[in-house]
Amino acid sequence: MALPLKTREFLAETGGTARFAGRFFSEVFRPRYELAEFVRQCYIIGYKSLPLIGLTGFIMGLVLTMQLRPSLLRYGVESQLPAMVGIAIVREIGPVITALIFAGKIGSSIGAELGSMKVTEQIDAMEVSGTNPFKYLVVTRVLAGTFMLPVLVMLSDAISLYGSYLGVNIHGVTSFRLFYMQVFNNLSFGDVLPAFIKCFFFGFAVAIIGCYKGYHSSKGTEGVGRSANSAVVASSTMIFVIDLVVVQITDVLGLN
Amino acid sequence: MSISHLYKSFGNNHVLNDFSFTLHKGENVVVLGKSGSGKSVLIKCIIGLLEPDEGTIEVLGKNITQISRADLDQVRAKVGFLFQSNALYDSMTVRQNLEFPLRRHWIKVSQQEVNQMVTNALEDVGLLHTIDMMPAELSGGMRKRIALARTLILKPEIILYDEPTTGLDPITAREIIELIVRIQRKYRTSSLIISHDMTCVRMAADRVIMLIDGRCYAEGRFEELQKSTDPKVKQFFE
Repeated sequence: MALPLKTREFLAETGGTARFAGRFFSEVFRPRYELAEFVRQCYIIGYKSLPLIGLTGFIMGLVLTMQLRPSLLRYGVESQLPAMVGIAIVREIGPVITALIFAGKIGSSIGAELGSMKVTEQIDAMEVSGTNPFKYLVVTRVLAGTFMLPVLVMLSDAISLYGSYLGVNIHGVTSFRLFYMQVFNNLSFGDVLPAFIKCFFFGFAVAIIGCYKGYHSSKGTEGVGRSANSAVVASSTMIFVIDLVVVQITDVLGLN
Repeated sequence: MSISHLYKSFGNNHVLNDFSFTLHKGENVVVLGKSGSGKSVLIKCIIGLLEPDEGTIEVLGKNITQISRADLDQVRAKVGFLFQSNALYDSMTVRQNLEFPLRRHWIKVSQQEVNQMVTNALEDVGLLHTIDMMPAELSGGMRKRIALARTLILKPEIILYDEPTTGLDPITAREIIELIVRIQRKYRTSSLIISHDMTCVRMAADRVIMLIDGRCYAEGRFEELQKSTDPKVKQFFE
């Protein structure tokens, strides 16, 4: 019995992305290394995402604190607010929300940029100019995405905690030192490390999916829009799948 | 450049079907054919962007269907390609667009020489004042000229033009054709022009090859083909 068309398309896309990722690993260690382009991509993907990531991180920390406060107050454990917010942000909310924003901003821009380059023959022009476009365009962006997202998540976590500190001080007075002591005294190695490691996978997934969708864009400008859109949808879904897998692994390893 | 018995299919669509021809040194050849007849596929096979199913493509003494990536890049450094859509890099200035092939082909030149080569190429197409502009700031005709300057910067022995007048108004198209002819005379390059624009064919071609049914259906000078009584050839000149 033949599989439905949508299922076949999904399997073909999944297989295509896996092959594309395989090509990335086969090309990444071979010269020529595009160091200048990698640094440029780190600047674009990392530095230029900082304002958005910082703003959302700040709001996330502030709102989470204000939302949690009434519930904790009801049970008389208001003093645990910094610890709870700290664990929630560092373990889960910080990495996942930052990765989702990263997917929206970077995944779509990579998909649209490479898609536009594909349909206007710029990728072919690179090929005839003695450049391996896969190394120049894909490898550099995927490496930059993989290494920049963990940095962005660390910064976002720090800004979120500052937002939370301000949130705590709306209804009371807590010193900066006491707030951070309460946060860090309740964080363990098992809270920080898995959350940090999964950010590399999130960054890789967002960049490789964005590149795959853009690199295989077709049907003119309509195709470019579709590439950008499907890059966001696929990479956002992948972030949750990776998160689920990482939680299972850390559970098995006793890190939860 | 010599192509013999070239075949290329996409599924059941046999685009090139035993296509053969030779481009001599210093010659301007126009491949004429209807839209979708396989002209762009032919030119992309020649530059190695598409792999033919069968046949040989000998460019400057090398069979490009059987050479390594490094050798192919060496051949490409001597063969210019003007894309139908110009393919200027949107994120780079005109100067960076022109410098790109120089840097990527590992050509050992100083920054001063690079600047001079960029200036010369832009002077050839009469657009030196656009050197620090972005492609988005240029008109269609200007973009075509800049793309031509980028093609010229490596002083190629052969230039491949993919529909050089498509999307341009008749006056600009005529200017581009005149520029192509002038450049060919100045640098003594050989040119293969893919087109269905009869003005372009008439002005630029030393010899015309008609790509019909995936093969070289007829060839000769423009005036000779114009007098042909074959209905398939005649329809292009009516």
